[in-house]
Amino acid sequence: MSVSDAYAPSRRRWLQHSASLGLAWATVQASSAYAQKMESGELKTLAQMISPITQGAKLLQQDVSISAPVLADNGSLVQLGVHVQSPMTVQDHVTHLYLLSQRNPVTRMAVFHMGPWNGRAEINTRVRLAGTQAVVALARLSSGEFRYAQADIIVTESACVDAS
Amino acid sequence: MNLARMQWPERIVAGDVVKVRLLVQHPMDTGYLQDLLGKMVPRNVIRLLTCKLGAREVLRVEPSSGLAANPLFEFFVRATETVEMHVEWIDDRGNRGEHKQTMIVLPTVS
Repeated sequence: MSVSDAYAPSRRRWLQHSASLGLAWATVQASSAYAQKMESGELKTLAQMISPITQGAKLLQQDVSISAPVLADNGSLVQLGVHVQSPMTVQDHVTHLYLLSQRNPVTRMAVFHMGPWNGRAEINTRVRLAGTQAVVALARLSSGEFRYAQADIIVTESACVDAS
Repeated sequence: MNLARMQWPERIVAGDVVKVRLLVQHPMDTGYLQDLLGKMVPRNVIRLLTCKLGAREVLRVEPSSGLAANPLFEFFVRATETVEMHVEWIDDRGNRGEHKQTMIVLPTVS
């Protein structure tokens, strides 16, 4: 009996063990991903994002401009600026400004209440993005109509991943 | 400890539209992340933030976990007279914070 013959069954068993270990490891990984509620596979459509807010009111894609990076390195901190073309007078002004995310677990990232006292309908802030997606800025005017704009942002490192 | 910082231009004349930068120190925990020991960190974000210029509320923000930690808000406001800007916020744990700063406005030259 040669040395290699003696080792063959044990090597086969070792391979089997390692394969099953790999499977178990994959299961552990999957369950932890599930525990973190990383349902980032789901991308909402524009209608799904906007219609709960507008509820059938007039909606136009104009007058709103978004300034955001095309490529954001870190999803935990993305500069986002929104400017609405509005005279901001008592008769005609922006009352609400919604920032909506397509992929985040929370679609409505922030709501800003504004009025004629602001003088200029512009907001700059920093948002978290869970992956590459489109971001929508929706403005409600004092007339009850809505205006919106959307911007595609590529995110190389998603928020909601590590413990930082 | 002061948890908020506010900035605006040094020279403001009545009638100007002023850019206000407001930075609030807050972790804005999303509730989806684990700490280094693998324990889930409960959600703790600012629920409501209001800015009052004198008696008038000039901005009201309802943030969510979608805003970055230590959130920055830049907005505009029309200045008419020297008044105090009063910022207040409340988070999910019920902790309140506030910040007061006086905006000095020069009268218009006529």
